[in-house]
Amino acid sequence: MTNETVQQKLTEKFGEQLTGWEEPYGMLTFTAPKELNLKVLQFLFDDETLQFQFLTDLQAVHYPDNKGAELAVVYHLHNLVDNVRIRFKVFTDVKSPDVFSATALYQSANFMERETYDFYGVNFIGHPNLIRVLNVDEMDYFPMRKEFPLEDQTRIDKDDEMFGRGGEFGFGIEKSATGGISLAEDQKPASDREQEL
Amino acid sequence: MSENTDHILLPEGSLEKQTTTLNLGPTHPATHGVFQNILEMDGERILKATSTVGYIHRAFEKIAERRPLYQITPLTDRLNYCSSPINNMGWHLTCEKLLGVKTPKRVDYMRIIIMELARISDHLICNSIVGVDSGAFSGFLYLMQFRELIYEIYEEICGSRLTTNIGRIGGFERNFTPAVWQKLDKFLDDKKGYPAALREFENLFTRNRIFMERTIGCGPISAERALNYGFTGPNLRAAGVDYDVRVHTPYSSYEDFEFTIPVGSTGDCYDRFLVRNQEMWESLGILRQAYAKVKEFKGAEAEIYHADVPAYYLPEKKDVYTKMEALIYHFKIVMGEAEMPAGEVYSSVEGANGELGFYLISDGGRTPYRLHFRRPCFIYYQAYPELIKNGMLSDAIITMSSLNLIEGELDA
Repeated sequence: MTNETVQQKLTEKFGEQLTGWEEPYGMLTFTAPKELNLKVLQFLFDDETLQFQFLTDLQAVHYPDNKGAELAVVYHLHNLVDNVRIRFKVFTDVKSPDVFSATALYQSANFMERETYDFYGVNFIGHPNLIRVLNVDEMDYFPMRKEFPLEDQTRIDKDDEMFGRGGEFGFGIEKSATGGISLAEDQKPASDREQEL
Repeated sequence: MSENTDHILLPEGSLEKQTTTLNLGPTHPATHGVFQNILEMDGERILKATSTVGYIHRAFEKIAERRPLYQITPLTDRLNYCSSPINNMGWHLTCEKLLGVKTPKRVDYMRIIIMELARISDHLICNSIVGVDSGAFSGFLYLMQFRELIYEIYEEICGSRLTTNIGRIGGFERNFTPAVWQKLDKFLDDKKGYPAALREFENLFTRNRIFMERTIGCGPISAERALNYGFTGPNLRAAGVDYDVRVHTPYSSYEDFEFTIPVGSTGDCYDRFLVRNQEMWESLGILRQAYAKVKEFKGAEAEIYHADVPAYYLPEKKDVYTKMEALIYHFKIVMGEAEMPAGEVYSSVEGANGELGFYLISDGGRTPYRLHFRRPCFIYYQAYPELIKNGMLSDAIITMSSLNLIEGELDA
């Protein structure tokens, strides 16, 4: 079985609804409308020649500039009989990130969907237990989304003696007699300087 | 396994009828990691288990989004830290796939030596811990000294032992020194080396009546359920499915080697134990073949330890200090000026406990746009409540060890 036969079978069944056919680095990739994700998964699972019955991986990607379809849920499937892998994506709006859950088809999707929910906030409809899995339950945001940048590594206002910032050997930071930190004038954060001015 | 106690009729509301809730973990000495399971117990029998994970989550995927490729290698070390070289190699192979780097055969074989050593060190820990959890400590003592020898080999190649950060994109940081080969000889020696210790270990366990009764039928899973739960690696093979990434999608020239894939039938602790033991023998065979293949390279070919891709291969430090070209490339790579093609790539290797996959999306910038680790532990740990249901508490402990769960990988 080759990528062409998979593509042919899928187009026969779903027609023009599947788009974005590509083969980056040899893996067949396509995009499905989000209402169809379970139908596509079920078809790939049940079809006698396709037999994509192993869910290798499931995760999301955030494209903030892709308005109206910011979140992509990516499925990697594997046909272990013929050893063919495919990947398909489902795009969804970040404001209503509802996608059908694949847990009825794959037990393995349980944790993977929980992880995807945990980090991207994709709401998997029909999931038996959609709660956070790796982060703390109290968290009220989805940390892997692109609007949460990592801490600026050049910041100097943080006393982190054990990790080379601040303290006795820190760069540009001196401890004052009172124990507080005083910054050299040119190294204060811009906001502080403005306030003083 | 527990006996059926349904025939004992107890009056409603009596103390014996009530179930107990037991918190196994997060810091329980018997669980080898920060695992929490809330068990609903009827006496010694488990009726229901709820797993909680994430106690040591370190946000690797987020951190990776602002690191250049070569700085992500140390993150992969900390996934499955019992066999970190496999993770490192898996990551290098992913980068090489994205960048279109072709590695020389000698580098491939050297990588296989490292990966198979790592597989052995991982399996020996897992199997000897199964022994410890079933009450036999001596096997652990026999094998542990050989893990030390394996770590010495890593140390000789890359300077560190547990979190190795071994190799680079394109190959290795230096050629194997004579000490590496000496230590490998010592390790492979049939009389005094690892084969002898493993033989002794098998004599202690494989047909040991106590061990067999303790593990046969403990935590079994059928092939169908295992596939549905996303099992890979030795755990899936113990259930009877001969899926191995090294054979199905050969990487790093695994197609040049002769080896067999051991499979079990019932997927219980005993089968997992046997499959791992047999895999260690196969790994020893691959090691010997790779050893011979690397030694076949003579003259200038024997000095090749990296691909000729100056744009991506971080040059040796002494070249950086003495050669202009190396300095330029070093600067470009470190400052993130090395060209990275846009694209998305999924690459996987056969990790010691399953298929370790890397899904890398690059938008052409200096860091990945998105990197996802397919961590085998995280996926097959979901089956744990089902595996231990209706078993005894002591069976739950031994099932956990025989699944080879590594907390670092589980939580990323």
